Amino acid sequence: MKHLLFLSLALMLAAAPLHAEIEIDEVTTPGGLDAWLVEDHSIPFVALEIRFRGGASLDSSDARGATNLMVGLLEEGADDMTAQDFARARDTLAAKFSYDVSDDTVSISAQMLTENRDEAAALLRASLVAPRFDDDAIERVRGQVLSGLRSAQTDPRDLVSRAFDRLIFGDHPYGSPLEGTMDSVEGLTREDIAAAHRAALTREHVHISAVGDITAEELGPLLDDLLGDLPQEGAQLPARADLNLPGGVLMEPFETPQSIAAFAQAGVERDDPDFFAAYVLNHILGGGGFESRLVTEVRVKRGLTYGVYSYLSDKDAAQLWVGSVSSANDRVAEAIRVIRDEWARIRDDGVTEEELRDAKTYLTGAYPLQFEGNSQIARIAVGMQMDGLPVDYIANRNDMVEAVTLEQINRVAQDRVDPETLTFVVVGQPEGLDGSIN
Amino acid sequence: MRKPFLWLFVLAAWLSLPVAAFASENVTAFQLENGMDVVVIEDDRAPVVTHMVWYRVGAADEPAGQSGIAHFLEHLMFKGTETLAPGEFSSVVARNGGSDNAFTSQDYTAYFQRIAADRLDLVMGMEADRMSNLRLAEADVRTERDVILEERNQRVENSPSALFREQKSATQYLNHPYGIPIIGWQHEIRELDREAALSFYETHYAPNNAILVVAGDVTPDTVRALAEKHYGVIEANPDLPPRTRPQEPPQLAERRLMLRDGRVSQPYVNRAYLAPERDSGAQQEAAALHLLAQVLGGGQTSVLNERLQIEQKIAVQTGAWYSGTSLDQTTIEFVVVPAAGVTLAEAEDALDEVLTEFVETGPDPEQLDRLKMQLRAEEIYDRDDASGLARRYGAALTSGLTVEDVQAWPDLLQDVTAEEIVAAAKRVLDHQSSVTGQLLAPEVTQ
Repeated sequence: MKHLLFLSLALMLAAAPLHAEIEIDEVTTPGGLDAWLVEDHSIPFVALEIRFRGGASLDSSDARGATNLMVGLLEEGADDMTAQDFARARDTLAAKFSYDVSDDTVSISAQMLTENRDEAAALLRASLVAPRFDDDAIERVRGQVLSGLRSAQTDPRDLVSRAFDRLIFGDHPYGSPLEGTMDSVEGLTREDIAAAHRAALTREHVHISAVGDITAEELGPLLDDLLGDLPQEGAQLPARADLNLPGGVLMEPFETPQSIAAFAQAGVERDDPDFFAAYVLNHILGGGGFESRLVTEVRVKRGLTYGVYSYLSDKDAAQLWVGSVSSANDRVAEAIRVIRDEWARIRDDGVTEEELRDAKTYLTGAYPLQFEGNSQIARIAVGMQMDGLPVDYIANRNDMVEAVTLEQINRVAQDRVDPETLTFVVVGQPEGLDGSIN
Repeated sequence: MRKPFLWLFVLAAWLSLPVAAFASENVTAFQLENGMDVVVIEDDRAPVVTHMVWYRVGAADEPAGQSGIAHFLEHLMFKGTETLAPGEFSSVVARNGGSDNAFTSQDYTAYFQRIAADRLDLVMGMEADRMSNLRLAEADVRTERDVILEERNQRVENSPSALFREQKSATQYLNHPYGIPIIGWQHEIRELDREAALSFYETHYAPNNAILVVAGDVTPDTVRALAEKHYGVIEANPDLPPRTRPQEPPQLAERRLMLRDGRVSQPYVNRAYLAPERDSGAQQEAAALHLLAQVLGGGQTSVLNERLQIEQKIAVQTGAWYSGTSLDQTTIEFVVVPAAGVTLAEAEDALDEVLTEFVETGPDPEQLDRLKMQLRAEEIYDRDDASGLARRYGAALTSGLTVEDVQAWPDLLQDVTAEEIVAAAKRVLDHQSSVTGQLLAPEVTQ
């Protein structure tokens, strides 16, 4: 691949931006659940996305990893079904369920055929409302989690993200791996797992979207059956994180040929009036595919890396401006120097009119292209709800990008870009780089 | 929960794609007069188009000693033409709200853009331009070589699993170039240069060695008109070399390898057998092998999962893979990640026991029915992803298959019987033609 996989977002014509035409219905079920629906009957299946806010950060401090283990167990037996009964029933219906957890969410994605949708939904309900947490399933999934934790101990990518989180977030749940530690996972009991289930899967924190072959009349009862029996209230959401961004470099020595660096400074809140200016500014600095300043300076001109990028990280309890680069041990010091220079240059000199115009053309042109396919649209729709955005955001978003002016973006660069607190964490055996943070 | 291991093995089929059933409606195929094949996949749900050009050339077609040149050229294709400056291709795509990228496998090299449907003319014009007008500056070539060395560092040198896969493939193939990594050996990448890249380009990049795949909000007529305008004017290369690679001799001896690396904390054992690939007009054996891999290691209700994880509790992860879309002989592979306290030898014995027993008993008829139901459902789910369908056609057509073969595949999968699965297992799962690899931590020295 020419570009990094995870950057896949990636003169002749001035593009007239498309407008996304996605018609979202806001549905309230008879039982009082709110959901967003996009009807499209061209393919006989529906994609359902369910997000519970809170996620692994709801773990109690003495049961770190409980939410992760709980989510791994949702498909491992429910109601009168063992793990194997459940899996066979799901495969018989050719339904697809996936369960995931992040710092801020528990996510459930489902694809269900129209021909057996009610049976598939009943099965999904069992896994969400009546998981069994059988002892043998707990031990099996615990073994998988421990195996992953063991691997992470000597994986440079895991090492860098763990050191980064620990340094910046400290005692906040974001500061430790959501999987827990070997010790904490060993110590988790069935009660911890059941408690995590009660805390995380609640009606008050759920967001739902459905896209595909289903009507509002059909969706309401389906969702009431699916989620209506969950408790209304759960655990309190975590407090905001205090960010520790001292500037400088934290070194984590590890024997591997290529050093991996993660870096961060303070970010920008989603509802900040400067958010869109910062978003466009980041696109010019280190976002997108092949056009950013960081890619141009670090990769294209100097060949120092295969991948370098930055983005605005918007977690529920913390906003960061983060990035990453990987370079051979004898070249990473130069890569970091170039990144620091670019950080200072964009603050001091701002961006050009042409850069701003190109960034807007890209961002407004690329936005409507995202809405391809039921599953993808469902993910975007539920993500918007998590961000507190209204349905008409899709229609208005490009106008908000267009509204960013050169004066505003360069003021935001002055005010927000902060080379002094830009903090690096480096895993590897870098040459000519001094760790200034202990 | 993050399932910890699957990605290690999914990456083994780096940039090659899983085979599955799909719907053949909305697919149109034709050929331009200069021999360029065209496939159009219509999906008008969003005003978007995926435009791809696939060349029937990959890493396995490289000259000896120049490993990585196919992938290096892929990078250099973004470095300018007679009319486009270095990097301008991607920046024009970006200024039109699109994204672009490329990828290389053993059997193909492909370039694609995803963009608003009304910009198809623009990207097609640029893609046609770089099919015959590539211009490379020496300095750009040298810098980009550093980039691919860093890419190798990132993908391979920093990852013991990736190093293990390289060593395993090299052990698997005595004579066929599939034993050489797509990205190239590090010492050979260092020696790649502008002349080698241009020579490879001139030999292999031509319309009669390419397949155009367009998926999205388009009609076959529009695509045909644009393709004739942009690609139809490029002359065919009459000297295109035949695609013949050195083939494997019969494997007479079981092979074993062991990689120890300080960065390994969770060991595992991998078993691979040489296996026939999908051949045009003769895909039945491959269909049986596809189902064999699914029955044995394709998810929660697979035989390996039930036996080793649930009943015997000796594994934390198991899996089986068969990559049938391949120009030459491929493999069927198994992996067992042992539970804590279980040795790799014990894990391997347990795997062998399951395989031996399976050849005797065959698949559970209910499991086979469930798998076939899931394969039928995939034909529905896959229609949601036109770009995915585009990749499937491109990979198949660069691997010796035809549009008809791709469209016949779902029915062939449905027709596979339990007896055929057992027969395929008996033919392929032969210890004499196996490669067994262990990845583990260094021995502790006192």
